[in-house]
Amino acid sequence: MFRFIVRRLLQLVPTLFGLSILLFIWLHRLPGGPETALLGERGTPESRAQIRESLGLDEPLPIQYGRFVKRLVQLDLGTSISTKREVTTEFLQRFPGTVELTITAMIIAIGVGIPLGYLAARRRGSILDQASVGGSLLGTCIPIFFLAYVLKAIFAENLGWFPTIGRQDASINATHITNFFVLDGLLTREWDAAADAIWHLVLPGIALASIPLAIIVRITRASVLEVLGEDFVRTAEAKGLTERTVRRRHVLRNAMLPVATSIGLLTGLLLSGAVLTETVFAFSGIGAFIKDAISNLDYPVLMGFIMIIAVVFALVNLLVDVSYSLIDPRVRVR
Amino acid sequence: MTLAPGRKKEKLDRLAELSAVHDDERGVSLWQEALRRLRRNPAAIVGAVILTVFVLVAVIGPFLVPHEPTDTMGIREGVVKSGQGLIPGPSADHWLGYDHQGRDEFSRMVVGARQTLLVGIVATLIGLTIGVLIGGVAGAAAGLGGRWGRLVDSVLMRIVDMMLSLPSLLLAVSVAALLGPGLTTVMIAVGVVSVPIFARLLRGSMIAQANRDYVVAASSLGVRESKIAISHILPNSLAPVIVQATLTLATAIIEVAALSFLGLGNPDSAVPEWGLMLADAQPYLGIRPELAIYPAVGIIITALGFTLLGEAMREALDPKLRR
Amino acid sequence: MPLLDVRDLSVTFARRGQRTVHAVDGVSFSVDAGEVVGLVGESGCGKSVTSLALMGLLPRQRGVRVGGSADFDGTDLLKLDPRSMRDVRGRDIAMIFQDPLSSLNPVVPIGIQVTEVLVRHRGMSGDAARKEAAELLDRVGIPDPTRRLKEYPHQLSGGMRQRALIAMAVACRPRLLIADEPTTALDVTIQAQILELLKELVRDSGTALIMITHDLGVVAGMCDTINVLYAGRVVETARRKELFAGRRHPYTVGLLASIPRLDAGRGEKLTPIRGSVRDVLPWTEGCAFAPRCDRRTEACVGEPPAMTPTHTGHEFRCVNPFPLSQPEEARV
Repeated sequence: MFRFIVRRLLQLVPTLFGLSILLFIWLHRLPGGPETALLGERGTPESRAQIRESLGLDEPLPIQYGRFVKRLVQLDLGTSISTKREVTTEFLQRFPGTVELTITAMIIAIGVGIPLGYLAARRRGSILDQASVGGSLLGTCIPIFFLAYVLKAIFAENLGWFPTIGRQDASINATHITNFFVLDGLLTREWDAAADAIWHLVLPGIALASIPLAIIVRITRASVLEVLGEDFVRTAEAKGLTERTVRRRHVLRNAMLPVATSIGLLTGLLLSGAVLTETVFAFSGIGAFIKDAISNLDYPVLMGFIMIIAVVFALVNLLVDVSYSLIDPRVRVR
Repeated sequence: MTLAPGRKKEKLDRLAELSAVHDDERGVSLWQEALRRLRRNPAAIVGAVILTVFVLVAVIGPFLVPHEPTDTMGIREGVVKSGQGLIPGPSADHWLGYDHQGRDEFSRMVVGARQTLLVGIVATLIGLTIGVLIGGVAGAAAGLGGRWGRLVDSVLMRIVDMMLSLPSLLLAVSVAALLGPGLTTVMIAVGVVSVPIFARLLRGSMIAQANRDYVVAASSLGVRESKIAISHILPNSLAPVIVQATLTLATAIIEVAALSFLGLGNPDSAVPEWGLMLADAQPYLGIRPELAIYPAVGIIITALGFTLLGEAMREALDPKLRR
Repeated sequence: MPLLDVRDLSVTFARRGQRTVHAVDGVSFSVDAGEVVGLVGESGCGKSVTSLALMGLLPRQRGVRVGGSADFDGTDLLKLDPRSMRDVRGRDIAMIFQDPLSSLNPVVPIGIQVTEVLVRHRGMSGDAARKEAAELLDRVGIPDPTRRLKEYPHQLSGGMRQRALIAMAVACRPRLLIADEPTTALDVTIQAQILELLKELVRDSGTALIMITHDLGVVAGMCDTINVLYAGRVVETARRKELFAGRRHPYTVGLLASIPRLDAGRGEKLTPIRGSVRDVLPWTEGCAFAPRCDRRTEACVGEPPAMTPTHTGHEFRCVNPFPLSQPEEARV
C-alpha cells in the first residue's frame, strides 16, 4: 500500500510539470507581459524594471522558467494588485472557509446521495426511485447560484431559519486559530461559536451540494443496479446471509467503486461552485475574492487560484485512488 | 381425443408455422432499435418536445417579437427607474414587463433563447471537435499498438488527465485573463472543459470496439486496418460521443450562465443571453425577482430537455439493456 | 418419505406489455435423502428457474408468480417467509453456481466469503471460523488453505474458484445441495475433477444432490434418478439404468443423439434436434416438443400429453414414444 501511494505521488510529477509549463506560458502571454500581470497597470517604471530583473525576464526562457518554478515551490505567488497583500497570506486566510464549505457540501452529497441511490436501486420503479431519478436530473439542471438565491430568499430571508450571510455571527466574538471556524470552535471549546459556524454552513452547503448530490445519486443507483444483477450477490443470498451482510459486504462494497471515481472528479465542480455560492451568501472564503480578482484582472491572485485548485485536485484524486485500491484488490495487484 | 375437423386443421397449421425454422429473422440495426426504444420512452418524448419548442423559439422567435430587445424604451418613456426601485411588471403591451434598463423582457427572453442555444452549441462543438480529434488519435494509436502507438496514446491521455483537473471556472478565468471577458472567452472555456470527456469516451469505446469479435473477424479476412477503423470502429464508437454531446449541451448552457454571473461573460448586456440576463437581474431581486426567475426557468427547462433526451438516448443505445 | 417433494411447481414471469412467460409449467419430482437427482434439458427449459424458485432466490417483484408446493422435510419451501428462508438457505439447502469467477465477490477475500457462512449459520467466530474455513478448503482439495484464505478470487484458477464455492456450499453440511451447471464454465480436465469431488462429498456426507445440467453425459456417471425437462415440464423421469437402457421420449433420445462421442466412427454425423427451444407449442395446445419432433402424429396436438407411468417407475410424457428396446422388453 505504501509503495502504491509513493507510485501515485510520483505520477503527479509529470502532471504538475505540465501545469507549471502551461502557467508559465500563460503568464507570458498575458497582455502587457508578466510584469504588468504582477504589478497591475499602475506599476511605476522603476517597479517594473525591478520585477523584470527579479523575474529575470531578460534572460533565456529556460532560466526564466527555472526561476518561475523556484518561486512556485517557495509559495511566492507575488502580491495581490487590489489588496496589496501577499497572495499566499490572502489564501491562507480565506481558503479554510472554502474548504469548510466544500467539505460540508461533500458530506451532504455523499451522506444523502449514497443511501438514496441505494434505496432507489433496491426499489426500482417505486415512487422513491422515480422521484430520485427525476430529482437528480433536475438537480443537475439548476444553476447553483440561482438555487443559492432561492434557498436564501426562502429559508433565510422569509422564514428566518438560517443566517443570510457570512461565516459566523460577529457578535459571538470567537477565537480563531486555524481559520477553520468549526474546528476553531471545537479546539477552543467555544461550542456556541462552532455551532454558529455550522449554522452558517447549512444553506450554502445545500446549494453547493445540489449538483454533486444529483450525480452521486445517479451513479450510486446505476452502480447498485448493476451489482444487484451480479452472480456473486445471488451467491451471497444463496448462503442465507443476513440482508445487512449482503448489503454492506457484497452490494455496497462493489457498488462504491464507480462512486469513488466520480467523487474525485466532482472536486473541480465543487471548487468552481464554491466560488459562486460564496458570492451569493457573502461567505468569506475565496469566492468573492476570486470574483473581484476576475473583474480587476488581479493576475497574481488568479494564478494562485489556479495553482491551489490544481494541487488540491491532484491530492483529492490521489486520495480517491488510494481508497479505490483499498476497496478493490485488483487495482493493487496491477 | 377428437377434435372438430376445422379446429384440427387450424392446430396443424399452427404446428407447421411453429416448425418453420426462424433463420429469416431480420437483423435490426443498432440505430433503428435505439430509435424504436426512444419512441417508447416518455422521458425522451418530453425532452424532444421541450427541445423542439426551444429550437423553434430560437429560430423563428426573433422575427416575431413585439419589441426590439435592445430598445431601452422604458427609460426613454420614464416608466422605468430601476435606481428608485421602479420596474413595472407585466402589461398588455409588455407581457413580461420591463427589465432593469427599460427593455421589453419578453422580447429579450425570446431573442435570448437564440443566443443561449448558439453559445451552447458553439461551446459543445469546440469541445467535441478537439475531444474527438484527441480521442480518435489516441484510440487509433492504442489500437495499432507497438511502442509508438502506446507512447502516443499515453502522452495524449496524460494531457487529457491534466485537462480533467481544470475546473471550467479556472479555465474561463485563465482564458479571460488573456482575451478579456466576453462570449468568446466563455464559449472557449466551457468547450475546452468538455474536451477530456469526449476524448476519453471515444478512445475507450474505440478500444472496446477494436476488441469486438466482428473487428477481429474483419481483420482476419484481410480488410485493411484503415478501412476497419473508418468503416467499422469509428461509426460504432461515435454513439456514446453523440449522446455525450447532447448531455454536454445541457451543462454548457448552465456553465455559461455561471460564468456570466461571475462577470466573465459579455460585458455588453445589450445582446440578450439568458445567463447574462440572470446575472444582471441579481441587484433587483428585492424589487422584481421575476427578472431572475424567467431566464433561470428558461435555462433549467432547456437544460432538462437536453438531459432527458441525452439520458434516454444513452439508455436506448446501451446494448446491456437490450433484450 | 422423500427429503424434497416438488409438486406442480410453476413460475410465470409477466412483464407489462409483453406475453406472460411460463418458465416452469407444472414440474414435479422428488429427491430422497442422499440421492443424486439430475434435472436435464436445453437452456431455457426451466431447470435453473426451478432451482432458484426452490431457493427462494427469484426476484421478489410484481409479475413473478410461483405456484405449487415444495415440501422439504415437512415444510413447504414456497410458503416460507423470507426471513425463515434465509435461515434455510446455506444451512439446510446450499447451492453451487455455474460461473465460479462471477459467482465470487471480487473485492472480498476468499476466507471471509467462506467464514461468513460459518458465522451466520453455525455461530462461529474469529479463529475458530478461520480454522474451520481452512479445513473446508483443504477438504475440497485446495492446497495451502491458510494462505488461500487471504487471497482474492482473481488470484485463484478457475478450478480453485469452483472448489472454493463448493467449500462455501458444504460448510454447514446441508442436507440438500443444488449444483447448477457446476462444470460448464471449466476446462474439460477440471470438469472431471470437480464432478469427482462432488461425488465424493455427497457420498461421504449423505447429502442429497440436485444436478442441473444440459449435458446428459455428466448425468450418466452421477445421478441415481434423471428428470428430463422440456419447456417447463418434466417429459421423462427414470432411474439411471432404466433411462440408458430404454429412452422413451423423443426429446431425451434427441438429447443423447446430439452429444458427440469419442467412440463414434469418423464418418458418423451428429444428429441435432432440429429447430430451437423457441419453437414451442404452449403445453395447453398439445405437446410442446411437437414442432421439433420427428415422431409427431396428429394426436400430439390438441391436448397436453399426460405422464405415462410404467411399473418400473419410468415415466414419460408422450403419446407416441419410442418402443422399449428388445432386451428390456424380454425382461418384462
